[in-house]
Amino acid sequence: MTATTTKKRLRPVAAPWLFVAPAIVLSAGLMFAPLIYTVFLSLQGRRVPASGIGVATDVFVGLDNYLRTLTNPALYASFGRMIVYALIAVPLTMALAVVFALLLDNLSSRLTRFSRISIFLPYAVPGVIAALMWGFMYLPGVSPLGEILTTVGAPVPDPMGPGSIFFAVANVAVWGGVGFNMVILYTSLRGLPQELYDSARLDGCSEVQLALRIKLPLILPGVILTGLFTIIGALQVFSEPNMMMTLTNTISSDWVPMMLVYRDAFVTNDLHGASATAIVITAVTMLASLGLLRLMRSRAFGGES
Amino acid sequence: MTTATTASASRATSARRAAPAQAGAPAKPAFWPTAILLLGAGYALFPVYWLVAASTKGPGELFTTSTLLPSFTGGFFQNLGDLLRFNDGAFIVWGGNSLLFSVGGAAMATAVAAAAGYGLAKYDFRGKQVVFTFLLIGVLIPGVVLAIPQYLLLSKVGIAGTYWSVLLPFAISPFSIYLARIYAGAVVPSELLEAGRIDGANEWRLFRSIGLPAMVPGLITVFLLQFVAIWNNFLLPYIMLSREETFPLTVGFYSMMNQGSDQLNVYNLVIIGCLIAIIPLILLFLFLQRYWRLDLVSGSLKG
Repeated sequence: MTATTTKKRLRPVAAPWLFVAPAIVLSAGLMFAPLIYTVFLSLQGRRVPASGIGVATDVFVGLDNYLRTLTNPALYASFGRMIVYALIAVPLTMALAVVFALLLDNLSSRLTRFSRISIFLPYAVPGVIAALMWGFMYLPGVSPLGEILTTVGAPVPDPMGPGSIFFAVANVAVWGGVGFNMVILYTSLRGLPQELYDSARLDGCSEVQLALRIKLPLILPGVILTGLFTIIGALQVFSEPNMMMTLTNTISSDWVPMMLVYRDAFVTNDLHGASATAIVITAVTMLASLGLLRLMRSRAFGGES
Repeated sequence: MTTATTASASRATSARRAAPAQAGAPAKPAFWPTAILLLGAGYALFPVYWLVAASTKGPGELFTTSTLLPSFTGGFFQNLGDLLRFNDGAFIVWGGNSLLFSVGGAAMATAVAAAAGYGLAKYDFRGKQVVFTFLLIGVLIPGVVLAIPQYLLLSKVGIAGTYWSVLLPFAISPFSIYLARIYAGAVVPSELLEAGRIDGANEWRLFRSIGLPAMVPGLITVFLLQFVAIWNNFLLPYIMLSREETFPLTVGFYSMMNQGSDQLNVYNLVIIGCLIAIIPLILLFLFLQRYWRLDLVSGSLKG
């Protein structure tokens, strides 16, 4: 019949490329060109001519900058702090998001609409404003907790002290991140066929068992997706500690890797060193993210399909 | 047992439509689930309450009066007046810039994502998977790593420091493209496109009259997500912009905080500024709730 001829005629060649062209051009110009330019910068260095006279020029220096950045203890220290921060923030965010989502979907919960909207609300608050709000509340003179402790005569802890600062910064991220993840997971739960639960209930399955044994495994792909985005966010943390730096001396200007890169590029004007550090961090974050994605994929979907 | 099954059965039928959480006849109320949810709500709302209370405190009161109770000494309106007068109305300018960046950037990102998502979902072409990966991999590049060379390159083109230096990078959003592709794949009917082709409509016309109308609900969600992402963003404008009159609110607050506390009531101004800055977004949520199709993100989309 004519089916084959129409099919041939109906396969436009240029059209799909025109539709994706704006995205490709913008990605190439604003993501890949900058990344390649960073690689280029990282291989260069500012050097004064050998004679000792004349202006410094940018010359190709090979892997010098990488050697310098990989032997810089400040980089490892900032990675260490970032990992401690992430180990607090990510599990807490995900655990709370999962628990709240399951409770919202639980039939015996009340005031769920109010709770859902309230817990989602911090998503509307910019990270830097959240950092400021919590930062103010951490200040000994303004802290609501401090006020209560003072009245009962207990010593007031300093949330922005050397050890507790990790919890202080993580708390800002948890506060801002739980709601969005919760709503995504809750939406996944609502998308499940409710008939599934009936037989389990008939078999005497309690609501807690139902949530943990049936609902949770079913929304595992959603948990993995939101978890991965939470991890990527934690690896890239910059704005919140950068803002809290204005309220405390505990946060140094190289507290996490991103702050280190920013400082080297714009404050100490070591653009070439900063570029090398940036490439190292990008490689590490990309490998970590892709590795996690692969690991979680095989864990989540390997058994069934 | 019987009550539980009938409750879930009635819920099963009503839950298919995105009904309010308690549409079906619910089971017997239980204490702990509700209590834990309310604790969560308290944790989420407490800083906002603190912000409201703190915004009512006059210049000397922030560190001297109870932080949990609002003051009624006229501090609120004094702070508000001081904020509006700060640097000849800088706050108003910053708010306008935030709005411009958010609306403009989100509109551009949504338009780009709509076209790309449609192209990727509704056509088969050689290299499609490569294009998709190319567009998505950007999610994994840290913002700071990207923003620094973006700044350097845009300086060379001569637009660093202008509104465009912030709007252009926001116009490309890998996550928006991903969502638009999923949505286009789920809702744009291929048979209708085929029929249109047989009738001789060109591809652009098919996109305009069949693809786009079907994608509108999903695109509103994409727009809102990107709007919030830009409104909340600090990094990109912080790196790109140097003149105060081009700052959005987030960078404006940072510059206020960095001027230091030698200006005595700068904390008061920042606190009331934060409060005013988050109100529009909270309203956006409460009034546009039905436009937030987050099933799009969770992947539980039913076409």
